[in-house]
Amino acid sequence: MFTIGDPLIILAQQLINGLILGSIYGLIAIGYTMVYGIIGMINFAHGEIYMISSYLFAIFLALVGLFGVSSVPVALLITLVVTLVITGLYGFSVERIAYRPLRGSSRLAPLISAIGMSLVLQNFVLLSQGANTQIFPSIYEGVLRWSMGSKDNFVQITYIQAMIIGVTVVSMIALNILINHTPLGRACRATQQDRTMANLMGINTDRVISLTFVIGAAMAAVAGMLITFNFKSFDFFIGFVAGIKAFTAAVLGGIGSIPGAMLGGIILGLAESLFAGLVNTDYKDVFAFGLLVTVLVFRPTGILGQPEVEKI
Amino acid sequence: MEIDFIIFNIPVIILEQGALAAGFLASLFYIRALDLRAYGEMIKDAAIVGAIAMVLFVPIVGLVLKDRSLVFQIERSLMLVGAVAVGRLHISGAVRARVGIRILWRLALVGISETFAFFFFPEPQRNLIVLVVLVVLAIVFALEALLRSGEKLDSIGSKIMGAWPAVISRAKGRQGYLMFFLVGLLVLLPFEPFINSENPFITDYHLGTLTQTLIYILLAMGLNIVVGLAGLLDLGFVAFYAVGAYGYALITLHLGEFGIGFWWALPITASLAAFAGCMLGFPVLRMHGDYLAIVTLGFGEIIRILLVNMIDFTNGPNGMSAPRPTLMGLEFTRRAKEGGVPLHEYFDIPYDATYRYVFIYLVALALALAAIFVFRRLREMPIGRAWEALREDETASKALGINHTTVKLSAFTLGAAFAGVGGVLFAANEGFISPSSFTFVESAIILSIVVLGGMGSITGVIIAAAILTLLPELFRDLQQYRMLGFGLAMVFIMIWRPGGLIKVRRRAFVRRDSARGASNPALGEAD
Repeated sequence: MFTIGDPLIILAQQLINGLILGSIYGLIAIGYTMVYGIIGMINFAHGEIYMISSYLFAIFLALVGLFGVSSVPVALLITLVVTLVITGLYGFSVERIAYRPLRGSSRLAPLISAIGMSLVLQNFVLLSQGANTQIFPSIYEGVLRWSMGSKDNFVQITYIQAMIIGVTVVSMIALNILINHTPLGRACRATQQDRTMANLMGINTDRVISLTFVIGAAMAAVAGMLITFNFKSFDFFIGFVAGIKAFTAAVLGGIGSIPGAMLGGIILGLAESLFAGLVNTDYKDVFAFGLLVTVLVFRPTGILGQPEVEKI
Repeated sequence: MEIDFIIFNIPVIILEQGALAAGFLASLFYIRALDLRAYGEMIKDAAIVGAIAMVLFVPIVGLVLKDRSLVFQIERSLMLVGAVAVGRLHISGAVRARVGIRILWRLALVGISETFAFFFFPEPQRNLIVLVVLVVLAIVFALEALLRSGEKLDSIGSKIMGAWPAVISRAKGRQGYLMFFLVGLLVLLPFEPFINSENPFITDYHLGTLTQTLIYILLAMGLNIVVGLAGLLDLGFVAFYAVGAYGYALITLHLGEFGIGFWWALPITASLAAFAGCMLGFPVLRMHGDYLAIVTLGFGEIIRILLVNMIDFTNGPNGMSAPRPTLMGLEFTRRAKEGGVPLHEYFDIPYDATYRYVFIYLVALALALAAIFVFRRLREMPIGRAWEALREDETASKALGINHTTVKLSAFTLGAAFAGVGGVLFAANEGFISPSSFTFVESAIILSIVVLGGMGSITGVIIAAAILTLLPELFRDLQQYRMLGFGLAMVFIMIWRPGGLIKVRRRAFVRRDSARGASNPALGEAD
């Protein structure tokens, strides 16, 4: 890492770190925001889905290795596809088991069920995989450095961090095409606007809701794989804090809006990194939660959100 | 507490074999009652669920990561998949079957769970699982009998349960005596070791556990105000519990020299926690359900992070010691601190460590009873009615002139005060506190007590607190499955019995005595 160096270098480095952290938050936040947009509830189990995807990624990479696939890109590609599919299936199952039977009940019921589901997923992984921190192998090591003046003053970005930004951009483009330019996406948007009406127009809204959960879980899986790649360690508890942070990002950007989720994620990531780098590392989570409360009090609709009009 | 497995083995085996036979019998009834297409649908459903379960469970359960390599435990995951598929079959069977057969299906579940446990778990845990299933089933049966006592049932089940309504109605008339008897029993319970001093049935450890249960009842009553009555989902309730515990430790540490001990700390800390509740209440006033839940969750985390990081003040992750309570200035230690007098010297009796446990137990019992009393009264008071109105429909209640600011704030404040008292008791009972006691898991436990017991209910919450805290103590071998069980219970209670174990019936105005033509309407009974 950078050693000495003037504040400007530290600032630049923290901005890069924040951007990477923010991309991850943004990817997870998409799951929250899409689900909230369509059925108006917080999927508390979403953070755990992200955690499970980390495990799936490491497990399948090891499995592919055991089957004798020696080429790293091929192994990664296979693992990527399998992890995406299975994580999507987790999202689907969570919705089927815990949320669908509760549609149309009181507001509190799906929330409590969601918290229960999050406890279940967390402890399910804890019991099957153990509590110890898992180590992920190092692949694609290397850094890009920009020296500033002297040799010791530099800003760096690892290959993996560059990849995180690249993959995030690609997934956002893919999601954008899916939502705005396909019949499936049109059904999604119609359901978000008015579920009853969409149903009357012949859209299978149950299927759209399932699809939303699958897309959200897939995005969380992308985030989970990237973060595993980057930090090379994970445990069963990573979903909890990541979940709250990503929710903060979704609220910050305006819940219900997909570009807002990404924007909120990046803003939160930058703010948190700057706070950690320039003020205090111990209280960075406190800062993030404080930001959440501030946004909810002063601008509950977030940056890009539509004001919610309550009809009586 | 250890259970003698050899004694338990024989009845367990008889029960499980009986259950399997009953299940078989049920399926015979069942095939006759259904046409084949329904049967095929059930199997198809189960097959699909099994296939999905296979994809979900084989990687996580069957392939265990260890040192960057994999340990294969495929058998374990396939057992789980099988259990899920069979469970699905049973659920669709039970949903379609008539009530009498449904009961037999449930018995079959015991058999299935035993078979499942047989392959999945080692010797001692195996029997425990069957035992837990049996206990849960017994509770479900008893409650069903209770709840359906008025309804007419059309099958074998009704004949078995036919005797119940009479028992219930007789018990209802004597509720007062029953309560008196129960409370008396609870008060006398801790003195058992003194009477039966050679071979006491109740040990210090039991008393400590029971005290913890009472603390949970107290906490659950507090959360019941916020979640059950006011309908505000508070996921950071543990923060106030922490404020109570740390408040007590800090106050006695810094102000102990001015003679502030347990009894002074109790009201001071309760007010501190209430103040914290009020402070949290302000920013969240305008938020509804989901936002509120996540903000309170964040608040709970903030408090925990502060406790960990403010090392000068709270001693960080190493925790703090908390003094034991005193009785009128008398201490429960062998030797008193300077200036103090130990209880046994004052009364000139031999020292016994049990005194302290008995005392804390009785204090906790008194406070828990007080909490129940206060909760009962609050529910009947105008403020309680306002909370419930707010829960049912915020807009309508505002239109009727309810000031939602004060109503919401009072719910938070009072709930937090309960938690503060619980925190003081916890610190005094344990003698040591650290931030690791106040994680989100603790909030989740208290919430699941309230949800399982029935939001707004008193009896249900007490029963749930007793079940959720004592059951894991009885079955220590299964303790690691505790949170998994709580989570599953929360999901399935919401789906199948959203009112909790004991549902609060809506109060309604009914004429108590129409024959005499009395026109004064009286409130219908709640739980």
